[in-house]
Amino acid sequence: MSEYVFLYRGGEAGRSPERVQQSMQKWMAWFKELGQKGHIKDQGQPLERAGKLVKGKQKTVTDGPFAEAKDIVGGYTLIEARDLDQAVELSKGCPILEVDGGVEVRPVMKLNM
Amino acid sequence: MELSEHLFRHEAGRMVATLTRIFGTHNLALAEDVVQDAFCRAFEVWKLRGIPENPSAWLMATAKNRAIDAFRRERTARTFEPELSRLIQSEWTLTPTVEELFASNAIKDDLLRMMFSCCHPRLPEEAQVALMLNILCGFSVDEVAGAFVSTHAAIEKRISRAKKVLAESRKLFDVSADSEFSARLPAVQRALYLLFNEGYHGASPESAVRADLCHEAMRLTAALLKHPLGETPATYALAALMHLHAARLPARMDASGHLSSLFDQDRSRWASNLVAEGQRFLDLSATGSDLTEYHVEAGIAWVHATSISTEETDWKHIVSLYDLLMTIRPSPVVALNRAIAIGQHEGPTRGLEEIHAIADRDRLANYPFYFAALGEFEFRNGKYDISQEEFRRALAVARNPMEREFLQRRISACEQANALA
Repeated sequence: MSEYVFLYRGGEAGRSPERVQQSMQKWMAWFKELGQKGHIKDQGQPLERAGKLVKGKQKTVTDGPFAEAKDIVGGYTLIEARDLDQAVELSKGCPILEVDGGVEVRPVMKLNM
Repeated sequence: MELSEHLFRHEAGRMVATLTRIFGTHNLALAEDVVQDAFCRAFEVWKLRGIPENPSAWLMATAKNRAIDAFRRERTARTFEPELSRLIQSEWTLTPTVEELFASNAIKDDLLRMMFSCCHPRLPEEAQVALMLNILCGFSVDEVAGAFVSTHAAIEKRISRAKKVLAESRKLFDVSADSEFSARLPAVQRALYLLFNEGYHGASPESAVRADLCHEAMRLTAALLKHPLGETPATYALAALMHLHAARLPARMDASGHLSSLFDQDRSRWASNLVAEGQRFLDLSATGSDLTEYHVEAGIAWVHATSISTEETDWKHIVSLYDLLMTIRPSPVVALNRAIAIGQHEGPTRGLEEIHAIADRDRLANYPFYFAALGEFEFRNGKYDISQEEFRRALAVARNPMEREFLQRRISACEQANALA
């Protein structure tokens, strides 16, 4: 088994309370399924959209957000999968895809290659 | 932890009400933005970290923090109450002031205050109901339009006009003033009644949407009953009639998903717990001297709910209740229902006579069940040709696929009966 990070980009919560409720339920169902199949190493954390960017030798500080709303990473999850193909398959169930969001699937580098 | 049903919808009403009390009704849009923002936050956090122990408290605390941010951002751009304006200018007083405004004792009556505010005498009844659905029940404009089988544009116009009226009052309705409370209570009861009816008899083809409207009306009525001034015999009667009707909801569709009339419903599918609850409310409503239309309608619903079949129903009693209802709140629909009850009691010919005698029956020209009732009684009299014509008229004004399907089946029954005759 290898580890992968799912980075959740963009996607909106829903325009009405009932939509938020429905999206929420889809996420819960998706995580439940991943968990039951033993794919979740760490459910991860949500990230604030704003923040600071410190850059260069000058250590210049700029205020975030740093990308268009649709590209902002809103959170991550650490996944266990057989290989990249399986990790990608798993990400296809993510409800964020139904609301114009995306999942970036990134293999975690291994120590002993 | 599971997500309770319609959590966001129900919390939306409470949160918007509290924020509007604080911001003023002219800043309703700001209140709505803060709630949307809090929901987005909840969504981001909960989807990864799970539902917290107490989701309602979590959401209200988030709304409070967002309100503090909103004050920092808007304190120069917007107007608030003079006293509040002064307190939010300084960082020393901002947070404690907002904390106090969100104290559990302070937010207790907010939902009710918003409910009364929505029933402003300058608003037509349909605008009051739309506003309640939008603000207190968290229905988006599209969802309200779906419930009323109307267009997005029409509902948006209705709601935004209503919000302008609400904005002019600046403050939420004060539910602690006895005389004002009692003066507006009938309008609130009426709006809740109409909300329930929209769900029960409305035209939306989706039974789930309609059941939602009924449940929202019941939830808001329960909130009204919790207030000492709202807990009146009329409110109990209203709650009784909602429960007794809602008990029949599960049987309105037969096993194959077709609309089923009261006469054909499988009464074993009626919800006995709701009948019992309705009966309890009906008992509680039987005090004082006021007899409202809600008492009478609850009485009628109670007779149906406790009868084992159409044949065993005490139609004479039902006719007398409709007679009474005609003296309290006459309408062509009430007159039609009275005529149907007479037809059940004294036979189809009498039913037809009574329907033809309805004074303003031209107002029923778009009501499919007016023609369906005529068709039904003609059918029972063996006049299958006339019956079929009436059902065709009903079909022409039917409001959704379920009604059309129901009427189509009656037309087929006429054809079959005619072939056999």
